[in-house]
Amino acid sequence: MSTTVPTVSFSRTEAEARTKRALGLRRGLTDRLITAFCLVATVIGLFFLASIMITLLGRGLVALDWTVLSSEFRPTRYGDDSLPKGGLLHAIVGSLIQTAIGTAIGTPIGILVGTYLAEYARQSPLGNAIRFVSDVLLSAPSILIGLFIYQLVVLPMGGFSGIAGALALAVIVIPVVVRTTEDMLQLIPNTLREAVIALGSPKWKMVTFVCYKAAISGIVTGILLAIARIAGETAPLLLTSFGNNVLSTDLSTAMASLPIAIYQQANSGFPDLIEIAWSGALLITAGVLLINILARVLLRNRI
Amino acid sequence: MSQTDSQPSTESAAVPPATGTAGFGGMQARSDAKLNSVARISVRNLDFYYGDNKALKGINLELPDRQVTGMIGPSGCGKSTLLRVLNRMFSLYPGQRAEGEVLMDGRNMISPQVDLNELRSKVGMVFQKPTPFPMTIYDNIAFGVKLHEKLAKSQMDERVEWALSRAAIWDEVKDRLQTSAMGLSGGQQQRLCIARTIAVRPEVILFDEPTSALDPISTLKIEELIDELKRDFTICIVTHNMQQAARCADQVAFFYLGELIEVAPAAQLFTKPQQQKTQEYITGRFG
Repeated sequence: MSTTVPTVSFSRTEAEARTKRALGLRRGLTDRLITAFCLVATVIGLFFLASIMITLLGRGLVALDWTVLSSEFRPTRYGDDSLPKGGLLHAIVGSLIQTAIGTAIGTPIGILVGTYLAEYARQSPLGNAIRFVSDVLLSAPSILIGLFIYQLVVLPMGGFSGIAGALALAVIVIPVVVRTTEDMLQLIPNTLREAVIALGSPKWKMVTFVCYKAAISGIVTGILLAIARIAGETAPLLLTSFGNNVLSTDLSTAMASLPIAIYQQANSGFPDLIEIAWSGALLITAGVLLINILARVLLRNRI
Repeated sequence: MSQTDSQPSTESAAVPPATGTAGFGGMQARSDAKLNSVARISVRNLDFYYGDNKALKGINLELPDRQVTGMIGPSGCGKSTLLRVLNRMFSLYPGQRAEGEVLMDGRNMISPQVDLNELRSKVGMVFQKPTPFPMTIYDNIAFGVKLHEKLAKSQMDERVEWALSRAAIWDEVKDRLQTSAMGLSGGQQQRLCIARTIAVRPEVILFDEPTSALDPISTLKIEELIDELKRDFTICIVTHNMQQAARCADQVAFFYLGELIEVAPAAQLFTKPQQQKTQEYITGRFG
């Protein structure tokens, strides 16, 4: 410690006062500039989103009626309006089945892996390796996952099947749920864990009765986001469940799904089929939006 | 303070807390300097390591049965570390290890053969920040009990009421037992955590700076509570607040740089410290 204490005067000289004013002015300008940048960026982002939503609503609502929801695909002829209009029931049912099974398979695996990473292997080499692989899988192109299941399930089974589609979706669900589960468990303060252990609790009871309880809304949100993600997947389903023009609930044969029905009908060249494809797109978007809203509400109501 | 204790109430605790000895720096230390000669826990030649870093060096300390031992010292002196040895909390973390003896009922609690869950049911702990579990107030208390005992619903109800009463929070929560414990105030949460610890019926309760996150009124309540609890429990409290140590503790241990510098009855340590370091610390020369 030095013995001479530096002195600082509290009154400003004229020059110091000028510097301060200039600084203040510059900061005010910078502040406004940054705010303006942020606003412009937001407007650009929102413009595209709004444009998509408006187009989707405008074109999707044209053909959306009870027939679209309640009947399966019907062939059409160019310029002939006398044929009965088809619908998307086969695709809606197929999507619901595959998404449900995919989620049912992927979620428990994802939660358990996320739990392992957060509670048992936070710093271990194995944990780091799994975390890395899971993150790679999270950003892997979904067509690769389709190819993987094609090799693993479709070829041995000798054909496209609904269960292969569900498995491909499950593989997509796993890393999403792993990440959110791990993140949510890591948000729990360590003192809470120690408090449970200090009562004489074995670790598994700490995890299942306290940590899961503390993280439940976050974990459920992760599951909902995973569902929203797979509901719109097309590429992996092309190589696994392929698509089907008739209503089928048989998991061992090709099964329709909304994204593939949209893809096929939008490419068909028939105006009435294209209109139905727009309705399908609107249906998926509305469904995903609903799930996202649900996730937000759940996250807000966390204890 | 004795509400619906299911235990025989010991009215002898009605003796008013004697104060009188003018302490160091105006601190009032307890004058009932007689320490219980029966030790509940004896720490012998304890060394503790965080990896290669030796955090405790040759600690010898007795925790007298049903009395309050205060542990003071500057940050990083090892007092919290010692607390975490007593209930083996450090065993959660690989790389942390203890050598020496922590004797309780004639057994060395440092030994790897010790059933940690059983040990922790005997040596409870209350943390610096309140740590209510994300469940109802009732379940917060019942959770710990269920870990070690199978009770019928009515017995569990009694146990919950008993624990909450002993922690002086029953009157505040009895009408909202089925609401989330997260809605309680910080001071209430801390008393809930004390109730949760009591409910398991431990023999020893460790307090790790239990009031440092609380306002003065809540602090006062917790201190009164500690005074009341020592009728039945052996208590060890780590605190940064020397006045608190003087108010609560029967025996005070002063730690510095991983060593136990001095341990003495509270009145003696704060009025006639035997060690130069102790005197410097309690008069605020460093720390």
